[in-house]
Amino acid sequence: MSAVAPSAAAVSTQAEISAEIAAIATEYERTGRAEIGPRLRYSPYRSSALRHPTKDLQHADPEAIELAGPVFGAQDVDPVEADLTIQHSGDPIGERMVVTGRVLDGAGRPIAGQLVEIWQANAAGRYIHKGDQHHAPIDPNFTGTGRCLTAADGSYRFVTIKPGPYPWRNHGNAWRPAHIHFSLFGTQFTQRLVTQMYFPGDPLFALDPIYQSVVDPHARELLLAAYDHNLTRPEEHTGYRWDIVLTGSGRTPFEPVQPR
Amino acid sequence: MTRAATPGQTVGPFFGFALPFAGGAHLVPPGHPAAVQLTGRVLDGAGAPVPDALLEIWQPDADGSIAQHAGSVHRDGFTFTGWGRAATDNDGRYRFTTVRPGPVADGVPFIAMTIFARGLLDRLFTRVYLPGTADDTLLAALPPDRRRTLIAEDGDRQLRFDIRLQSPDETVFLRYPAAG
Repeated sequence: MSAVAPSAAAVSTQAEISAEIAAIATEYERTGRAEIGPRLRYSPYRSSALRHPTKDLQHADPEAIELAGPVFGAQDVDPVEADLTIQHSGDPIGERMVVTGRVLDGAGRPIAGQLVEIWQANAAGRYIHKGDQHHAPIDPNFTGTGRCLTAADGSYRFVTIKPGPYPWRNHGNAWRPAHIHFSLFGTQFTQRLVTQMYFPGDPLFALDPIYQSVVDPHARELLLAAYDHNLTRPEEHTGYRWDIVLTGSGRTPFEPVQPR
Repeated sequence: MTRAATPGQTVGPFFGFALPFAGGAHLVPPGHPAAVQLTGRVLDGAGAPVPDALLEIWQPDADGSIAQHAGSVHRDGFTFTGWGRAATDNDGRYRFTTVRPGPVADGVPFIAMTIFARGLLDRLFTRVYLPGTADDTLLAALPPDRRRTLIAEDGDRQLRFDIRLQSPDETVFLRYPAAG
């Protein structure tokens, strides 16, 4: 419903989308600048056309409230929410996997005790959401949402099922590379991040406008988890490692705000 | 050691089964004596409602204190944690129940807001100032027609604040310096 392109006549082909992606990449290389985030205005992602600001973001020096952030605690999240494979009476179908890593600030220091939320499609590439009309089965034993708090060293760990790629309606024959959505908080309001984790070597990367909206190739690599055989357990699950770095140091000399 | 920040990506269309939670939009219970409804619509560049946006707010308490209490995603109905989350409805409307923020130290009070949506490739930050606010550094730096987009309108126990993602009267969105 919500992902429909403006009109049937306006649906682009993958070749047209790929040509737009390539043109923007070429133009970016020519600038010689290093862009960190995704472009808000990125025409290959059709839904962004009417939803990106046209004016420059306004510089704001953060005030005291923005130098602090919400605090989460044991009452907010049950530890079992970190295992997406035990939320129903049976075992979900698909490749059981662990994804773990650390949430760090820009100085490499751990973000401790903060909320991490994930959501994802099931192994067949289907979301539990009424808007998802993908002709693939719902898994009655898999919802695809998880939460945890980071440990003292900034680490998080989820047990889940490897999500499948899925089709969407950005353009003709559009498919998203497999990904897990991540929502992260730092110690400051300004550090808020929602992003997507991808799996190494996905053949859909070059075709995907959302992944390619991060125009810097080195920055794009920061969205890739690494397969780690040391995390893999026999008869249990495969293992992936992914560290997440939030903006800024999370601390200031004049406003030390730490969770109590 | 400086580490490159992980890029953001759109929240996509399917966050609705994962991020909203019971009581998320109620920073205080609706029956709270000082409760106000912070409400408005998220609109796209054609003026159409954005029915798949997610907003978060973070603010000081009415007395200007900055809460550092856990319990934002599992509310006890009593503790003010200063943080809330609300999805927009089919008309692009969001509704928070909260209190008017007080000034922190001698600052001008505002509610800090984060905007996520399908079609929006990274989150946006803005501020919701109270009606009749004095200027702070940010407001003073803006021309009047841009300044106006950051100031809520008064209603009956309401603060009304629309978010225009793109238009001549588009909301002012913020860029914070990377170093905290």
